[in-house]
Amino acid sequence: MTQLENEIQAVKTEVLSMWALVESQLQKSRNAILHFDRDLAREIVLKEKRVNAFELKIDRDCENVFALYCPVAVDLRFLLAVLKINNNLERIGDIAEGIAKYVIESLNDFDKEVFHKTGMLTMFEDAINILADTRIAFEREDTTLARSMFKRDEALDAVNGQAIERVSDCIKADASVMTEALYVLSIIRKLERVGDQAKNMAEEIIFYVEAKVLKHVDRQIKTNL
Amino acid sequence: MESTIVKAVNYNSYFGDNHVVKDVNIEIPRNNVIAVMGPSGCGKTTFLRGINRMHELIPGATAKGQIMLNGEDVMEMHPIFVRLKIGMVFQRPNPFPNLSIYDNVIAGYKLNGIKLPKAERDKIVQHSLERVALWKEVKDSLNKKGTFLSGGQQQRLCIARAVAMEPEVLLFDEPTSALDPISTSTVEELFHELKKNYTLIIVTHNMQQAARCSDKTAFFYMGELVEYDDTKQMFTNPKDTRTQNYITGRFS
Repeated sequence: MTQLENEIQAVKTEVLSMWALVESQLQKSRNAILHFDRDLAREIVLKEKRVNAFELKIDRDCENVFALYCPVAVDLRFLLAVLKINNNLERIGDIAEGIAKYVIESLNDFDKEVFHKTGMLTMFEDAINILADTRIAFEREDTTLARSMFKRDEALDAVNGQAIERVSDCIKADASVMTEALYVLSIIRKLERVGDQAKNMAEEIIFYVEAKVLKHVDRQIKTNL
Repeated sequence: MESTIVKAVNYNSYFGDNHVVKDVNIEIPRNNVIAVMGPSGCGKTTFLRGINRMHELIPGATAKGQIMLNGEDVMEMHPIFVRLKIGMVFQRPNPFPNLSIYDNVIAGYKLNGIKLPKAERDKIVQHSLERVALWKEVKDSLNKKGTFLSGGQQQRLCIARAVAMEPEVLLFDEPTSALDPISTSTVEELFHELKKNYTLIIVTHNMQQAARCSDKTAFFYMGELVEYDDTKQMFTNPKDTRTQNYITGRFS
């Protein structure tokens, strides 16, 4: 392997470590909200600093490779993709931290019925799985798997689209759950953003591997491109 | 619409039995900078020297196919006329050591027996030195020997000597490989200026130079023209695996 290949591999390893941390943060935020576990929520908030540190380190490492090796072609595309994926992962880290803060802020345990009726728990599972599968696509340079994220993101969008109606139904049925229901609405909005970030990362993987730019392209078209 | 100035049609070069350039077809648009790159021995310099018929000066060297300049086969033109229209600058600056800066610029006319009035010669010298951004630096020392200049200035003097003949195409064979980074940068800046009036074909081992300076890049490997495309495309998404391996340093 050339020195540049070693550097690229080191950046990739670092991105995968960050990815694993962000996945774990999102998984923990689900557990924290489901079990109303404030200690776990505090741990997530603390670990968010590690996500931020990863982001800075990866940015700096990419900058160094640009300056020292003048990468071109697939190496250049990889680093450009990593810069954006890095940013997407950091945002997902923020989302996990935001959800954890709801647990810390909330005075009462959440009503599990609201979770089920709004579809939030299923949405949480889907978001975590999408994030994990996008990581696998990145690791294996699997653009078929990356392309499958476009459709899976739409499932999250659909839950988000029905959220207001479902949350109002919960409040109408029992006004005492209003505060928790509004928290759930906010969580659904955040999970929808996780889907968007995963979709963006999938686009970056396709750009890196195939040199195709799928941004702002209709889903039907880009799945087949 | 860009017009083609140089076109190679099924062009082949040989040194005796050694087939060095294999069936090259390429169209070079006017007022563009074309970088020619590839590993040592890939035939890029031989191809370059075929364009202005310098290849045939080497004993045992032969060529087949056509090199067209403005649609005319250079093999059917007088070689001196071809070299007037297609100038060449070499790897190492090679000003005539016994001639002054002034005489170096005008050397092409003298050597070809073209006599010009002094005023016209002065005009050509100033114009050529201005074209290569050397006039301000040497206007007060035109009578000094060309070798008195620094390496970078000598190379620009050699470019001025080529430019003085008002060619249409300038060939450069690794023009900055003997220069320091500052002189290299000056010459590279010059390429951007020169392309307004000439078409530049540059053989270079420096891939970043190809990326920085050229509009199109040709990649040669083992005598074949593997890929020829816009430089931006070539350095972001080369089509051929051999090109990708070469520019990313993975060539084995």
